Amino acid sequence: MFLAAIFLILAVVLTPKAATNFPFFLQIVIYGIADGAIFALIALGYTMVYGIIELINFAHGDIFTLGAFMSMPLISAFGLSEGQSSGVVVWLLLLVITVIVMVINGGVNVLIERVAYRPLRHAPRLAPLITAVGVSFILEGIMYVWRGASNVHYPDLLPDTRIPLIGSASLGVKDIIVIVTAIVLVVLLTIFIGGTRLGKAMRATAQDREAAQLMGIDINRTISATFFIGAVLAGAGGVIFGLYFNSVRFDLGFEAGLFAFTAAVFGGIGNLQGAALGGLFIGLVQAFATANFLPGGAAVSDIWVFMILIIVLVFRPTGLLGMQVPEK
Amino acid sequence: MNRRNGRAALTTDTAMRWASGWFQSRNRTIYTLLIIGALLYPSLMDIVTGGEGNHWIGTAAFAGVFVLLAIGLNTVVGFAGLLDLGYAAFFAIGAYTYGMFASGQLLASPLHHEFHIPFWVMLLVGVFVAACFGIILGAPTLRLRGDYLAIVTLGFGEIVPRLVQYLGAGSPIGNWTGGVNGIAAIDPPKLPIILTGPWFGLGTPFGVVKNFDFFNPLAYPLDFYWLMAILIVVCIVLATNLQNSRIGRAWMAVREDEVAAAASGVNTVAIKLTAFAIGASFAGFAGAFYGAQLSLVSSDNFEFIVSVTILIMVVLGGMGNIPGVIVGALLIYTTQYVVLTNLPDWTTSLATAVGLTGLNQAHGDWVGLHDEVQRLNYLIFGVILVAVMVLRPQGLFPSRVREQELEKGTEEQAVFDLRAEET
Amino acid sequence: MSAAPTGKTPSSPADGIVLQLDQVTKRFGGLTAVDNVSFQIRRGEIFALIGPNGAGKTTLFNTVTGMYKTTSGTIVFQGKDITGLKPYRVAGLGIARTFQQIRLFSYMSALDNIKVGEHHRMRARLWDSLFKTPRARREEREVEAKAMELLKFVGIEDQAYNYARNLPYGHQRRLEIARALATNPSLLLLDEPAAGANPQEKRQLMELVERVRGQGITILLIEHDMKVVMGISDRILVLDYGERIAEGKPQEVRTNPRVIEAYLGKSA
Ligand SMILES: Nc1ncnc2c1ncn2[C@@H]1O[C@H](COP(=O)(O)OP(=O)(O)OP(=O)(O)O)[C@@H](O)[C@H]1O
Ligand SMILES: [Mg+2]
Repeated sequence: MFLAAIFLILAVVLTPKAATNFPFFLQIVIYGIADGAIFALIALGYTMVYGIIELINFAHGDIFTLGAFMSMPLISAFGLSEGQSSGVVVWLLLLVITVIVMVINGGVNVLIERVAYRPLRHAPRLAPLITAVGVSFILEGIMYVWRGASNVHYPDLLPDTRIPLIGSASLGVKDIIVIVTAIVLVVLLTIFIGGTRLGKAMRATAQDREAAQLMGIDINRTISATFFIGAVLAGAGGVIFGLYFNSVRFDLGFEAGLFAFTAAVFGGIGNLQGAALGGLFIGLVQAFATANFLPGGAAVSDIWVFMILIIVLVFRPTGLLGMQVPEK
Repeated sequence: MNRRNGRAALTTDTAMRWASGWFQSRNRTIYTLLIIGALLYPSLMDIVTGGEGNHWIGTAAFAGVFVLLAIGLNTVVGFAGLLDLGYAAFFAIGAYTYGMFASGQLLASPLHHEFHIPFWVMLLVGVFVAACFGIILGAPTLRLRGDYLAIVTLGFGEIVPRLVQYLGAGSPIGNWTGGVNGIAAIDPPKLPIILTGPWFGLGTPFGVVKNFDFFNPLAYPLDFYWLMAILIVVCIVLATNLQNSRIGRAWMAVREDEVAAAASGVNTVAIKLTAFAIGASFAGFAGAFYGAQLSLVSSDNFEFIVSVTILIMVVLGGMGNIPGVIVGALLIYTTQYVVLTNLPDWTTSLATAVGLTGLNQAHGDWVGLHDEVQRLNYLIFGVILVAVMVLRPQGLFPSRVREQELEKGTEEQAVFDLRAEET
Repeated sequence: MSAAPTGKTPSSPADGIVLQLDQVTKRFGGLTAVDNVSFQIRRGEIFALIGPNGAGKTTLFNTVTGMYKTTSGTIVFQGKDITGLKPYRVAGLGIARTFQQIRLFSYMSALDNIKVGEHHRMRARLWDSLFKTPRARREEREVEAKAMELLKFVGIEDQAYNYARNLPYGHQRRLEIARALATNPSLLLLDEPAAGANPQEKRQLMELVERVRGQGITILLIEHDMKVVMGISDRILVLDYGERIAEGKPQEVRTNPRVIEAYLGKSA
């Protein structure tokens, strides 16, 4: 019902734009979805960590940036550079690099959890929130020291080939890669959470930690696994961000994290599909605002994102897809 | 059996009284030290710097702004238990309210008229406007569960600076806020007429009062310093009164158990709204002062990081305990805006002093000591945050509640750990 | 001023009905937790609500106190329709309650817990609180004295300055009752106040319930222990699967075949 209302309003606002110049509209939708796919990858980690230990993990956005930063030396180490013909080898190497980054990233996040959050599990609720902010500063600090304060060029390894669609609209290979990667990862994650023992343990722990423990689930291991997987997804997000935009900066994760968290809440925090949906939605809203489809234009695109977020929460206090919150 | 129970009750009772006595005396000690420090600080700075203390005195007045903000956020987060991640928005609202109505800014707006409403009036107007925004934001959203509220406040905190930036020159409804340039040349405070009679300035015995002249740039920082000190004292008294009142008790009750509070007749939404509005008023108050002292407001000063900084001050100082959050505010302000900002210069001077001037020059990858140290700022601050929180999760000077919470864990967790031992 | 709490002067019609439920139903999705229940409670009586686990007793409390919205039906309290009112309004009108799972303000002193109950009757405005006006001080003193009396009334005055969470279990139960009384109710809902207590404590608690009634406060009591219920209540209502299966004097209910079946059927 509420969902329908939102989409109706959006449709009313957007239809005239789509009607006047459909190819342009389509192009914007493609950009929005590609951006949104990256937000979604970050949002998944946010939502998983929140679901399991109710921590707003402010450092998560920087874990994403870390993924992008770590892949750069690997790219040179594997001898990849711009302007090469993009053969199968390049694709395979990129895949290997991404997997390595994902694993290292996961390891780093597990370590962070161990050092900065686990000692505070029984502490007042805001203490881990502050350490998360601290970790965010540390990660940004490390990347700042490492690559400086300005934008760093990220090697442009993917082909710029674009497949023409209707009129001036076209679909880039890069767009496809970003979107497909995100979809594959989300599907894998869903299968993992739904089907494996560890996935079930994670769901059980998120629902009721005490009961899960009584049933013999190792809480610490489950929480570590959650941080690992969250960082794995964010790491992948970081690499494809670099490949897509070809420019990264040490504090990139700050804003990206903010939007990803917004996406997670928007979809219903703790809810995986919600996070993916929220990410897409935010990507689209930003793209529409930037393209002047929404009143105010690019200057106010973020205002739109947050306004819609607040409105959604006012009418849907648990986000779009919501989360089952047991009354205690 | 009965007697044993009685004894146990008696001992816990004594322990409680002892603890509360200790807490009071500890807080009293903190207050005493703060007052002595505040009184001596200007002279001390003058002596240390050889009569050039003005810069440091002005810095202290700015730190005072953050003390006010921390006291305000503490009512929301510490007393009522509502997580506010966009507190800087209300700070911005206070500052811009003052900036717009005490400068030439609105001449450029569709009103084509500039306003110069006195500082003292605007201080109250800033409070009022910020409180109104607190209510407007809070009314529809305060029924949200904990962290959803946090994200709404975060969203609001993101909207306000962007909106302020947008409403500058070229916005469809005219230039109200000066956009990215902000508002400059904001009026300084003037003493009210009754205080500025012919007798004023003659009163040599009142050394402090004599210098209370906001038009004399040399005396400026000191005036702001004393004004700030007075305002802080007023705010401490008000916040403490609130904490110990009917309203403070209801805040605590809502924080502890909202359902039980409602069942006991507390209008939980209204009481949370009160906390929100009061918190916003403190920020509005601080904002108006800030605009007046800086004589300039710009949206950069109110971004998310400012909200986070204030939250860090509150949590690190000791949530719910007013002297604790004051110390937290002073420590974090000093670390962030004094130590870390000056660290590059200090290390450079140190290197020069010990004869390692070579370090100061850039060669190869080394960008020079100054810049290398500057690069470490984020890292150092982050390490400090994590270290302090891990070592003292309850904050430096927590309220009695937090202290106990940490000692005993929450009820569920206690049971939970016990069973973990058995298996 | 008498030391003990006193009920509100009856503003209701002379028939002395304090609470009246009319075909009240509460559904959770497909589950009907309270099914078309009607009954009346008269002023000054101890009215017990019994039934097997999951019969809907607590749910009924929650609908009366406004924590759940009724699916259908009306609830009238002292001649006023209170269906759908917010919990704090219901409390303000004179219905106080305790919880099956104790819900105290853990990190507040026993005394402060009770003072919260008096919150809605206090007159101090924001202004008074901010500036600690003489009026606020006077009121605070009165409230403190009243809270102390209530602590004495329930017999735990030596715990006044202890955090609620540090009180022994039985004392927490009493404190919860004291907090409810602090709202100055005419009707007090008690959800298994003696659960988990030993026989001696049970007796003491029931004696306390009697004393509360002695102050002119009507009582609606949920209790599992048949002996206790039969001993103390004037009338009993039996719920099973949300439905009212019997109502009447203890003697009548005890011999009612449907009641026996419900209880035996449950345990069989
Ligand atoms: N918030 C809720 N959502 C869904 N179902 C609920 C909810 N509250 C209660 N129920 C269900 O309603 C039924 C009645 O529950 P209720 O707690 O009222 O029983 P009760 O009579 O108080 O039992 P007990 O003696 O165990 O306290 C149960 O089946 C319960 O699972
Ligand atoms: Mg029950």
